[in-house]
Amino acid sequence: MELVLTTHFGNDQYRTIGTYQELGGYVALKKALGMTSDAIIDEVKKASLRGRGGAGFPAGIKWGFLPKNDRPRVLVINADEGEPGTFKDRLIMSRGPHLLIEGIAIAAFALNAHMSYIYIRGEFVKEANILNEAIDEAYAKGFLGKNILGSGFDLDLTVHRGAGAYVCGEETSLINSLEGKRGWPRLKPPFPAVVGAFGLPTIVNNVETLADVPWIITNGGEKFASLGSEKNGGTRLIGVSGWVEKPGVYELPCGTNLKDIIYKHCGGIKNGKALKAVIPGGSSTPVLRPEEIDVAYDIESMAKIGSASGSGGVIVIPEGTCMVRILGVLMNFYAHESCGQCTPCREGTGWFKTIVSRIENGKGKPGDIDLLLDLCDNMMGRTVCPLSEAAGMPVKSFLTKFRDEFEQHIRDQKCPYGNKFQSAHA
Amino acid sequence: MPNIILNGIELSVPDGTTILNAAKQAGVEIPHYCYHPKLSIAGSCRMCLVEVEKAPKLMTACSTTVTDGMVIFTDSEKVRKAVTGVLELMLIHHPLDCPICDQAGECGLQDYYMKFGLHKSRYDLGDKIHKTKHQDIGGQIMLDSERCILCSRCVRFLSEVTKTGELEISQRANHSEIGIFPGRPLDNNYTGNLADVCPVGALTSKDFRFKCRVWFLSATKSICTGCANGCNIDAHFREQTMYRVKPRVNDAVNQAWMCDFGRLEYKKANEARLAEPTLRQGGSDRMPGWESVIAEVAFKLKETVDHDGVDSVAVIASPQSSNEELFLVRRLADEMLRTPNLAFTSRVAGEGFSDDLLIKADKNPNTRGAKLLGITDGGFDALLQKIADKKIKTLLVFGNVLGDLDDNEVATLLSAVPFVAVVGSNEGALSRAAHAVLPSATVFERVGTFTNFAGRVQRFAAGFAPRGNARPELDIVIGIANRLGAGWNFTDAASVFGGIAASEAPFTGMTHETLGESGQNATEAGNA
Repeated sequence: MELVLTTHFGNDQYRTIGTYQELGGYVALKKALGMTSDAIIDEVKKASLRGRGGAGFPAGIKWGFLPKNDRPRVLVINADEGEPGTFKDRLIMSRGPHLLIEGIAIAAFALNAHMSYIYIRGEFVKEANILNEAIDEAYAKGFLGKNILGSGFDLDLTVHRGAGAYVCGEETSLINSLEGKRGWPRLKPPFPAVVGAFGLPTIVNNVETLADVPWIITNGGEKFASLGSEKNGGTRLIGVSGWVEKPGVYELPCGTNLKDIIYKHCGGIKNGKALKAVIPGGSSTPVLRPEEIDVAYDIESMAKIGSASGSGGVIVIPEGTCMVRILGVLMNFYAHESCGQCTPCREGTGWFKTIVSRIENGKGKPGDIDLLLDLCDNMMGRTVCPLSEAAGMPVKSFLTKFRDEFEQHIRDQKCPYGNKFQSAHA
Repeated sequence: MPNIILNGIELSVPDGTTILNAAKQAGVEIPHYCYHPKLSIAGSCRMCLVEVEKAPKLMTACSTTVTDGMVIFTDSEKVRKAVTGVLELMLIHHPLDCPICDQAGECGLQDYYMKFGLHKSRYDLGDKIHKTKHQDIGGQIMLDSERCILCSRCVRFLSEVTKTGELEISQRANHSEIGIFPGRPLDNNYTGNLADVCPVGALTSKDFRFKCRVWFLSATKSICTGCANGCNIDAHFREQTMYRVKPRVNDAVNQAWMCDFGRLEYKKANEARLAEPTLRQGGSDRMPGWESVIAEVAFKLKETVDHDGVDSVAVIASPQSSNEELFLVRRLADEMLRTPNLAFTSRVAGEGFSDDLLIKADKNPNTRGAKLLGITDGGFDALLQKIADKKIKTLLVFGNVLGDLDDNEVATLLSAVPFVAVVGSNEGALSRAAHAVLPSATVFERVGTFTNFAGRVQRFAAGFAPRGNARPELDIVIGIANRLGAGWNFTDAASVFGGIAASEAPFTGMTHETLGESGQNATEAGNA
């Protein structure tokens, strides 16, 4: 199986520029600098490279949204990786920082952007340090800075650490935070491609998306596309956590069967337990029952069964786990992370938490399930950014697919698993 | 001009119109909290959601501009459920302290609950989040965080209008709270507007706090007398007591704002009022009624003119008087007394503070009007000298101030005049030194027009009858003039204004009607 990203991740020295170059690094950049901007974008379009941050928007098409004017452009790299269950960009940044830097340089050249910012999650201190060291190396070797490799193209790359907000993974609040403002999502339109960071046309791409770019330039878009499934080119880094024998990050072709991911690649459910549920693409994606996981792990196939591959974070839940408690943990998170800008999300996420906690703690009321579902209707699609959806989708799917468990909690006024849910942020 | 269909109504609106404003044009109310016509669009309260045909989601009417052929529904089942749903969420942590909240009766939450809510609460009282109440955050404002719906209007006002940025939102999610930075209270001259932009009871006026339930108040359209800007205001009163003023929107003058000084000007209408026409001789006061006092003043004026000549009487006009009053004062001096001694001053004690937003250095509402009506301020100092030199035997003074003189200077100066008649609304050095006190009505008790610094002529209306036995200045001037044989038969301020329009070029063609609620520019405004 051909790997795009992780081939050398086992090599401790791969993060240094010397080893990276010995193993073929920065060749793609040289090649790209000899290409036209349109040719690079075409190659990325042919690659069917879908955004790896969660929404899965085709990267080449996104790049085409920049207005045809003379305003300076900004390339922002979303390294916030805040979606619970997701930990794959972190691996790229710590094991192959130059893959990302090379991808950024190629993309910036294609977009004619001379300013670039990696907005990295505040908690990723180690990764930020590794990136900064790697950026210094790249500057020293002339892969960043003025007149890159004699091409006349200039690019500055800065690492900006976030301050600890999930919502800053949403591109417009990320931009606000980058500008030093409160991390609140912006109203759209205007979209960042027109008015983004510092008022300039801006493209925001995920770490993994850009790390794929050097391989695409070296090997061609069609080759990349052929690695994956239809409309989903290449491989994906999939972070599997929870009750499996071998949790971790796996690089697998787009469209790999989800059941195979869990049972073949990760060695199945730990200690031979039965599978109860899978959250397939980060905490906000609708939960799946065991009978639903025989599905290709790509954007269209997952959408067909009403869920999503999202940010590639697979959370595996074994039998004997209280689904109400899991939802409580998730709601605790969203109630804490809502930025507070829009009324439905600000108040609704907290209300979700209140109701789910009381159900888990044996104080659920008849009608609570319908109240939760009605709240979902009143919140989802009613806010500036998708955080209300992110909170609502698990609620809806848990209540739909595990309704009996919620009903049992309310009926018996206790948790059958004996769990007690402690809310972390009362 | 895009053509749209809103709730089945076909409309044509200018390019760039938002759905919310298009609806307003069609007379359709779309509920909103964070939207304010004079502030940037936040789009965060989510109350203005409407259904747009072919759009997958409900759209915010405040931030969506209409496009040609757009079909909009503001009252579909889906919209109604969404709006009620947002309102429910807005209210779950609300403290429901309407009985002790100053905003009650003019509260956005109460109003929309009655129109769009009327739902039964599904939220447990015990689960409500409590936040800090009654915080004095400086300026004229109290903050109650529990009542706040986080619409961010106040934050935007302070960042966009005053550009002082004292308020911010801190914390996240349902713990979000507006507040000042520690130790840095509100520090600008426009804090009172925060109580106006706040759609709920979170930001209330310290001055108005617990004074009166708003439903007991009546309002009249008035003009602020605090400076030459002439901010348009609504005066709120109960019986004959003023309780507060609020800015009235006038894009040509004050947008939707007014300053903190102007906001407290109303107190003069309540405090230290002159109530009874009084004659004072040898330290004893007599209150023989209006007819006798006016007769006495007219007699003194005529007697002085007859015995000592026209140069022995003087009239000091006031830039606090209306155009109508100033016009008749001028005619009284010119036609009845035939005296050259008519002047006014716009000087005030201390330095006139000004800024580039609304506040003008000239603290009088009608200096421009006086000048346009031909009354000079150039002769004021010469007139004071004549008074000091004891050349003036009878002096008629209008207004409550005599330029920048302090109380002692006023008393000393006026002691040089055998007979001083003062027309004014409030007690002070002038009324104390007067031999005849003619109490006049405040701006809230009479009708008239002021001309602001830029030459905009604006009308103010009477809210209530003059306190005590005070009278509109116009009646006093007409009374004196007619005693002197003028034979004026003006019926009201509007008829006097008709006289102004007929003879004074800058006011040609104007009537009280044409001035309307937002005024007209005097024709010579540009070069006067």
